[in-house]
Amino acid sequence: MKQFFKACVSGLALTAATTLPLQAADMLSEVGAGEGSVSIVAWPGYIERGETDPAFDWVTKFEEATSCKVEIKTANTSDEMVALMNEGGFDLVTASGDASLRLIAGGRVQPVNIDLIPSWSRVDDRLKDAPWHTVKGTHYGTPFMWGPNVLMYNTEVFGEAPKSWNVVFEEMTLPDGESNKGRVQAYDGPIYIADAAMYLMAHKPELGITSPYELNEDQYAAALDLLRTQRTLVSRYWHDAFIQIDDFKNEGMVASSSWPFMVNLLKADGLPIASVIPQEGATGWADTLMLHSEAAHPNCAYMFMEHSLNSNLQSDLSVWFGAVPSVPEACTDGSGMQTAAGCSENGLDDFDKIKFWQTPVSNCDGQDNCVPYYRWVSDYIGVIGGR
Amino acid sequence: MSDLSSNAALFAPRSGPLARAVDWIIRHPRMFVFLLVLPITLWLGIVYIGALIALLIQSFFSIDEFSGVVVHEFTLKTYGELLRPYNLDIILRTVAMAASVTIAAAILAFPIAYFAARYAKGKWKALFYVGVMLPLWSSYLVKVYAWKLVLAKEGILNWIFAKLHLTWLLEGVLSLPVIGGNSLSVSYIGTFLVFLYIWLPYMIIPVQAALERVSKDLTEAASDLGATPRQNFRMVLLPLALPGVVAGSIFTFSLTLGDYIVPQIVGNSRLFIGQAVYTQQGTAGNIPLAAAFTVVPIVIMGIYLWGARKMGAFDAL
Repeated sequence: MKQFFKACVSGLALTAATTLPLQAADMLSEVGAGEGSVSIVAWPGYIERGETDPAFDWVTKFEEATSCKVEIKTANTSDEMVALMNEGGFDLVTASGDASLRLIAGGRVQPVNIDLIPSWSRVDDRLKDAPWHTVKGTHYGTPFMWGPNVLMYNTEVFGEAPKSWNVVFEEMTLPDGESNKGRVQAYDGPIYIADAAMYLMAHKPELGITSPYELNEDQYAAALDLLRTQRTLVSRYWHDAFIQIDDFKNEGMVASSSWPFMVNLLKADGLPIASVIPQEGATGWADTLMLHSEAAHPNCAYMFMEHSLNSNLQSDLSVWFGAVPSVPEACTDGSGMQTAAGCSENGLDDFDKIKFWQTPVSNCDGQDNCVPYYRWVSDYIGVIGGR
Repeated sequence: MSDLSSNAALFAPRSGPLARAVDWIIRHPRMFVFLLVLPITLWLGIVYIGALIALLIQSFFSIDEFSGVVVHEFTLKTYGELLRPYNLDIILRTVAMAASVTIAAAILAFPIAYFAARYAKGKWKALFYVGVMLPLWSSYLVKVYAWKLVLAKEGILNWIFAKLHLTWLLEGVLSLPVIGGNSLSVSYIGTFLVFLYIWLPYMIIPVQAALERVSKDLTEAASDLGATPRQNFRMVLLPLALPGVVAGSIFTFSLTLGDYIVPQIVGNSRLFIGQAVYTQQGTAGNIPLAAAFTVVPIVIMGIYLWGARKMGAFDAL
């Protein structure tokens, strides 16, 4: 029933075989009959079957059409996703760029045969060969959703949109005449060091930062110094989307890095909130639907990957989550509720301004000796702790 | 032996494997006890102690600084990392918070428990129990989020202070170095208040139980012999009720030591031990350091329990 590539048959597989011989050999060559179910590790809100809100459902039709029952396991952080995939027993995962390369390096996901996914051609050209899921020309998944980490601000305090991230990095008097001290927030994750590095890219070109995820010791130290200044401005870092929403409602917060998700929810509540991507650009996340190397239901998984690109999923999910579809047509083709205006509000046109999350590794392309993620974690703890 | 053989003579061996197994167990009472104790020993041994040992072993490994991969070789390097200033900060911060929450809980709980033990009768006693236990019946998360709203800059507490024209007082407290902050909900004071609220019942109940056991005659006798109320409290009531206070403090101290949710929701984002474990094992993949961090509360609680035993906290068990 199932046929497998022999490693020697495909040149593509051969290329991958140098790094991951086993997985390359196992790449599916034909989608057979469904196995009856598919289990997915996903971000909360990513796989909706109309139970939270009947208007948002991109699972029921898939189950009816393929008889593959979808099982969902939600994970709150990239690290939980990696841990669940290491544990095994799942077929697919919606991995962000700071998890996807770890999964590939750990051999937890297998290459995906894009010839078996007819709608691959619909994927945004800018995402087809994105480095967070494509290693040495081999694709390890299908792009799912992406979005920027925007600067959210209070429109009553800021008459016009802030032009720079300096409102959260440097002490200053805001347009309403009061200091920004205690009224701005930053993200409580080590990956936020990249935001500081990105700010330095624009304001301290002499440091020579080429990518905010590839920092040598000097660049890294400069980023930490900037974050130490920020610590004096920030009363509480945000970790949970709903706590940030509450802080903007009750704690007098006026500016912070955030996701379109929170911006949309606050706007829906009628608060004077808007968001912008300042001149320095923004960091962002891009998620990929990846296939477990020991997936028990590969046929259903392939069917779901196709479904994710060719249904109402892209359109409705981008409305639901405040993200940008990986299939540009989903903004306009009426497959769901998304509109062209909605897409550009969520960041469709800002792709080039976004530095997508990736895991910092010591062995990086730009330079020889980069500071690895492990150090980002302990040092960011130190910065937040006031060191 | 003679008993067993006479039994064998009295009862002819029954047929069937189950019946024979039952007979065998009846004739071997020690085996019967062994089989009874076996499951719980296995549970304690494998699930509890085993997990603890697995954790301990992890803490003696280290993470390779270059690749971030765990090196499975014995080393004390990870414990050395605990002594780095920012990690030491986390430990001291957590212990200081746990200690102050415990002391405050003891001071608050004593009069409440004393009233309940001495004066509350019948209906009032029932009301006391309900009042103390009621907060424990609602979800922990709901309580913490509710407190976040109460303590917020635009929350009810600030509003009350403003209405009473006491905003200067609140601002004065919040302008204190270290414990102050931009608002109650982003300061150590806020974290402290929430911890105190959440764990207070765990202090009241043991103290009340201890006070119930202190005979009224003893305090009356002390008064008759000329002890002032102050002396009476210091020399009679407190020493006799101390095991209860210590028992309660075990709860409040250890619960604060291990909590990682309260400081994440209310506070200034500076990490506590529980959060450090969470981030190190999760985001960093640094299991050895997370394990070493976990050993810290175990050691502290070990010392604490040893001291508590000396003070007689377990005498009434």
